[in-house]
Amino acid sequence: MTVPAPPSPRAGPPAGEAVVRLSGVSMVFGGDGSAGKRVEALRDIDLAIGRGEFISLIGPSGCGKSTLLRIVGDLIVPSAGTVTVNDKPARRARLDRDYGMVFQAPVLFDWRTVQKNVELPLEIIGTPRAGREAKAREMLELVELADFAAQRPWQLSGGMQQRVAIARALALDPAILLMDEPFGALDEMTRERMNLELHRIWARTGTTVIFVTHSIPEAVFLSTRVVVMSPRPGRITKVVPIDLPRERTVETREMARYFQLVTEVREALRAPEGDPADGASS
Amino acid sequence: MTAIAEPPAHRGARLVAIHRAGDIIPPAVAFFGAVAVWEVVARVLGLKQFILPRPLAIFAAWQANLPELLGATTYTLGEILGGLVIGAVAGILVGGATARFARVRASLLPFAIAANAVPIIAFAPIFNNWFGVDSQFSKAMIAAVLVFFPVMINTVRGLLAVDPAALELMRSYAAPEVRVFRSVRIPNALPFVFTALRVATTLATIGAIVAEYFAAPRGSLGQYIATQSAFLAFERSWAAIIFAAAIGIGLYLLVVALERLVSPWAGARDATT
Repeated sequence: MTVPAPPSPRAGPPAGEAVVRLSGVSMVFGGDGSAGKRVEALRDIDLAIGRGEFISLIGPSGCGKSTLLRIVGDLIVPSAGTVTVNDKPARRARLDRDYGMVFQAPVLFDWRTVQKNVELPLEIIGTPRAGREAKAREMLELVELADFAAQRPWQLSGGMQQRVAIARALALDPAILLMDEPFGALDEMTRERMNLELHRIWARTGTTVIFVTHSIPEAVFLSTRVVVMSPRPGRITKVVPIDLPRERTVETREMARYFQLVTEVREALRAPEGDPADGASS
Repeated sequence: MTAIAEPPAHRGARLVAIHRAGDIIPPAVAFFGAVAVWEVVARVLGLKQFILPRPLAIFAAWQANLPELLGATTYTLGEILGGLVIGAVAGILVGGATARFARVRASLLPFAIAANAVPIIAFAPIFNNWFGVDSQFSKAMIAAVLVFFPVMINTVRGLLAVDPAALELMRSYAAPEVRVFRSVRIPNALPFVFTALRVATTLATIGAIVAEYFAAPRGSLGQYIATQSAFLAFERSWAAIIFAAAIGIGLYLLVVALERLVSPWAGARDATT
């Protein structure tokens, strides 16, 4: 609630001010001498993400979208190319605590209450107790779980647990929120509700989001741009700007334009395009 | 030797968990029923005292020798507690170092796992020789060695068996290694450690009493059982075994209570899910 400034209204590729810049990013696992066969996960990725954008990475299983997310978050170091976040190398950005991460599993700690789970990142950076408690409470209010602060994670439903994880990820006001299929384990109904919820949170905080998903409707519903990736080695085959009205509601899913965009993304995913150079058959 | 206890731990704890007063009635009925059947069958069949003493005879022996039995129990309990504390503290410390430093792990862990399969109780006469035949310390050391290996191995496991996503999360916050230990690895290890400690109470009790069989002062439970058995006074041996059983069960419950105190979330979670 401290940052009411809405994200840039337009979906198009960002002008000047980019939060994240990827250039020539490639990733090869194994290979040079080490055991295991060589797997080329990503090839030559270029992408610039503007402040306040909501970018979805979508592609078939094993296309390296989670790898790409981890490279942005400096959990993996790419084989080639550069990543800058806020004009700093990714590693510097991680050490500066510019990231919030949400995984497919909520990764909450049973030995902490919901409140204490959200406080964890604040403890790590050494925020004094009073500040910690206030900030965690504010974040729980944001995800509408303030009433559950004293509960233990296992007492909440899967969707609620994931909202706690989002509250925790936002606790440090990160420059960028990295989400790796956060709703993949939820049922369809819960998932749609969580999409609305996440949209609301994003609109309110203005955080830049990179969101990995398997779900085309989810990607279209949430994003300012959808980045479509090819099968391994993952490349960006198409970037689809989502020119739906800024505010997404239940009605959004019934708009003609929404269906057009879903179709467009689906066709981009299906496009053969692949040069069968290597890697593909294994 | 048994030893490596499996991770999520609370099944055993829940087995003995008594929630309401009413829960006590069925096991109590079963226990006294079994004792009554034993008494009746022993009388009807006219079993000789030295084959299977009747419960009433055991009870009489228990009453008649109470001061002596209490003395022996206190003596042996001292050894068991000493062994538990020494073995558990050493096991947790060495386990912590082993988990923290990959090089220590690579050189130590295979031996620990192998040692865990060795019947350590066989060393009892040697330990008696090293630490004194009639000292409590030699029995405590046997108990300590028995306790050490399962506690150490489970400590290592608990510290290492952490959700990889939790480590990624901590890394994304650039959390220092000390913080990862404090906030993730140690709480994660607690159920593993307590599982080992529950096994350890039994091992320590067995270790101390069996070590006393070989050589110990008269006023120890092991020697009491061995001596009375040699004189065919089996009802006295049985009376002493009741005390030994009480020690084992009491220590086990103590560990369960301690676990509830230290990691209350685990028991509560297992009760709900």
